Amino acid sequence: MERAKLDIWVGIFVILGIAAMFGLATKVGNLTSNSIKETYQVFANFENIGGLKPRAAVKAAGVVVGRVDSIVFDTEAYHAVVKIKVDTRYIFPKDTFANIYTAGLLGEQYIGLEAGGDLENLEDGDLITQTQDAVVLEKLISQFLYNKAAEED
Amino acid sequence: MNKILNFIEGIGSTFRKKMARLGAGTRLFFLVLIYSGDSFKRIHLTIREIYFTGVLSLIIIVVSAFFVGMVLGLQGYYTLEKYGSSEAIGVLVALALVRELGPVVTALLFAGRAGTAITAEIGLMKATEQLSAMEVMAVSPVARIIAPRFWAGMISMPILATIFSMVGILGGYFIAVLVIGVDEGSFWSQMQANVDFSNDIVDGAIKSIVFGFACTIIALFEGFDAPPTAEGVSRATTRTVVISSLAVLGLDFILTSFMFV
Repeated sequence: MERAKLDIWVGIFVILGIAAMFGLATKVGNLTSNSIKETYQVFANFENIGGLKPRAAVKAAGVVVGRVDSIVFDTEAYHAVVKIKVDTRYIFPKDTFANIYTAGLLGEQYIGLEAGGDLENLEDGDLITQTQDAVVLEKLISQFLYNKAAEED
Repeated sequence: MNKILNFIEGIGSTFRKKMARLGAGTRLFFLVLIYSGDSFKRIHLTIREIYFTGVLSLIIIVVSAFFVGMVLGLQGYYTLEKYGSSEAIGVLVALALVRELGPVVTALLFAGRAGTAITAEIGLMKATEQLSAMEVMAVSPVARIIAPRFWAGMISMPILATIFSMVGILGGYFIAVLVIGVDEGSFWSQMQANVDFSNDIVDGAIKSIVFGFACTIIALFEGFDAPPTAEGVSRATTRTVVISSLAVLGLDFILTSFMFV
């Protein structure tokens, strides 16, 4: 086969490969929806993070506004310190609530931010003071049973 | 006593021969690296091989990818429907293809379609003394024959695996959305929410590069090392498929246990 024809076929092949990669990145993967570039860090302390993992979503009113960067255990206060990276486009008041929610009944856990009414805003390195822990199913069940038993007495 | 000694000697000589072949294969790989400059300087040699290993494998890759995607969509749907979460079918198809089936099935097909062709071609070149003739003319067969095929395989395999994953997902889309009637929006959006670019897609691409390396170097070595007879070439071709397939499956296990903890 002549060389020009070969080049054309190989060119088509490479273009197909790049197109497939592009399709995987944009249509299948989260490269487009994950376009959080400039972020600021805030910290939140939780008594119990449940099944929260690094890279979990941080949502406000259901919209993804950031990601969990890291989770470490503070050996002095004995609680979990969660470092959150929030997109700089979104600003939150200082008294924002950070709650750990579960997506669906058995889904992944994420952090939900609920804005408070403070006039000052959260800045880089700030600590979110008002937090609510993850719901632990065992605790919930034992509480329910305890209440049931109390009612019967 | 003699029998025991013979037995031990048998183990020893088998092990030594295997090690010698492994060493010869490694030596061939370094020779390829040394002579790679030529295969890029005379790029048309490599492009010609990309045509034979990559472009001509395209049809088998696309067709089998579409069917694999359709089967995944169908089987996944039957199971997921029992739990009332048939919208998760997109995630199942995409993750299965991008992480595992894309690179692995492509590599197995690649070994069968392109690897055997490489082995048989080089083995026959050796049997008909074309390689010796090149050496007589002071043309290095590694630079002229082996290195372009090596780089063609290394380039073709990731491209083929990417195309396989994408076409497979389209096959799953065809069955799940167009035939069964799963909601199209949740099919794609759940997929996007759960497939991570840097963790899943890039790791799949790394796998396909590793498999491409393994399949190509095994095929090249078996061809280069084949006894220059008709029987030798046929045995070498068989060995290429067997060893490549086992290497791909073994490497896949190792890579998976490193990547997706």
